[in-house]
Amino acid sequence: MTNKTVLHAKHLASGAKMVDFFGWDMPINYGSQIEEHHAVRTDAGMFDVSHMTIVDVQGADAKAFLRRLVINDVAKLATPGKALYTGMLNEEGGVIDDLIIYFFSDTDYRLVVNSATREKDLAWMAKQSSGFDITITERPEFGMLAVQGPEAKAKVANLLTAEQIVAVEGMKPFYGVQVGDLFIATTGYTGEDGYEIIVPNSSAEDFWQKLLDEGVVPCGLGARDTLRLEAGMNLYGLDMDETVSPLAANMAWTISWDPTDRDFIGRDVLTAQKAAGDQPKLVGLVLEGKGVLRSHQVVVSEFGNGEITSGTFSPTLGHSVALARVPRSVKVGDTIEVEMRKKLIKVQVTKPSFVRNGKKVF
Amino acid sequence: MSNIPSELKFATSHEWVSVDSDGIATVGISDHAQGLLGDMVFVELPDVDDEISAGDDVAVAESVKAASDIYAPVSGTVVEINEELEDAPELLNSDAFGEGWLFKVKLDDAGELENLLDAEGYKNSIDED
Repeated sequence: MTNKTVLHAKHLASGAKMVDFFGWDMPINYGSQIEEHHAVRTDAGMFDVSHMTIVDVQGADAKAFLRRLVINDVAKLATPGKALYTGMLNEEGGVIDDLIIYFFSDTDYRLVVNSATREKDLAWMAKQSSGFDITITERPEFGMLAVQGPEAKAKVANLLTAEQIVAVEGMKPFYGVQVGDLFIATTGYTGEDGYEIIVPNSSAEDFWQKLLDEGVVPCGLGARDTLRLEAGMNLYGLDMDETVSPLAANMAWTISWDPTDRDFIGRDVLTAQKAAGDQPKLVGLVLEGKGVLRSHQVVVSEFGNGEITSGTFSPTLGHSVALARVPRSVKVGDTIEVEMRKKLIKVQVTKPSFVRNGKKVF
Repeated sequence: MSNIPSELKFATSHEWVSVDSDGIATVGISDHAQGLLGDMVFVELPDVDDEISAGDDVAVAESVKAASDIYAPVSGTVVEINEELEDAPELLNSDAFGEGWLFKVKLDDAGELENLLDAEGYKNSIDED
């Protein structure tokens, strides 16, 4: 059984090449994923992300529940609309999923989780909710679009009401606001300016068409992957999964260790891992010569072997980049090797971030 | 379905061959193959004067999606390579049967061409995929 988003017919109308993405029939590209990539880096592109799962957590214990469920601390969220990127772990300290949490009040939060992990996420949250006075409500009646790129906000503004324009004017990164029919957030998965917008299913096609009419380029999962990888953003299932600690997935910054008495799931395991200092780490790799780094290629260093978790050709840089999990002693600036097609090829170690706002950052 | 020029010969591994009156074979990959691979980012070609045998992996087409070996559809000596592809690998996407050609081979044995598929045979082979 294949799921279709509310925008499925629009993709076909734009000539999309469709692929199965964890049970969803989704556009991989509309002709050239490289051209779509450049549209986002230089102008404005849009992605249908309606397959992602929107879950509202509400009730008297919503705050207490989320302080237990995820590794970042929602108690840090004080301004309505503020968003938080974090992970939820199993008892063994492995990442069940990464997610964004929007704060509206201590009794009202919105979570956006991955589609590929939807069922296990919902099951885990239901299991953990025992004893908390909350409701967990999936919101399939909404579609979601990401409009990204230096011109994205200006093009979206042409579609907004006067009230919506005022509400998003000057909104800082990582905020979201519900105005009229739209939930508009300054989040994204590309390293560019832009919005992620939650829209009722009934008006999603119309909204998509108006963005097309504004010249926003429809972009598929192919460009989404090269853009997020250039931006050094993790993809669940490749860069981390239930067997991987957030300490080994460049997610340490999403952990709130203070206050020390907050008993989030996986805390004991992470504390022991941190004390031991033996977790591998996620770094960036750059190959300036020919060839493309790919997932699962073996990384060879004097400190031991590692593995590429995500690799691709970077259309912005014109060469390959990758995220790789390597021994902790490997340092930024080192030259190490990757086994590619039976040869060892030298690559540079960088921080796991390559492009922001159209510019090289390593 | 992409169109398949009737004057070309094909290998089941998606290479095409066009032979001129001097016995020089031009080799490329089919439009169907480029469509499967997606946007090309690098093309590695053999060197001029390389002796190649039918079935050898002699070139690599690397796309955003995957690196794919290209096999020599015929045996002979490489006499020319398409140097345009160094800076413009996307020619394989935009014109697989034309400007996206890969290399030219002086045939050892024109009889080898009999082992290749005609356009109709190639079309049937990809319909079965």
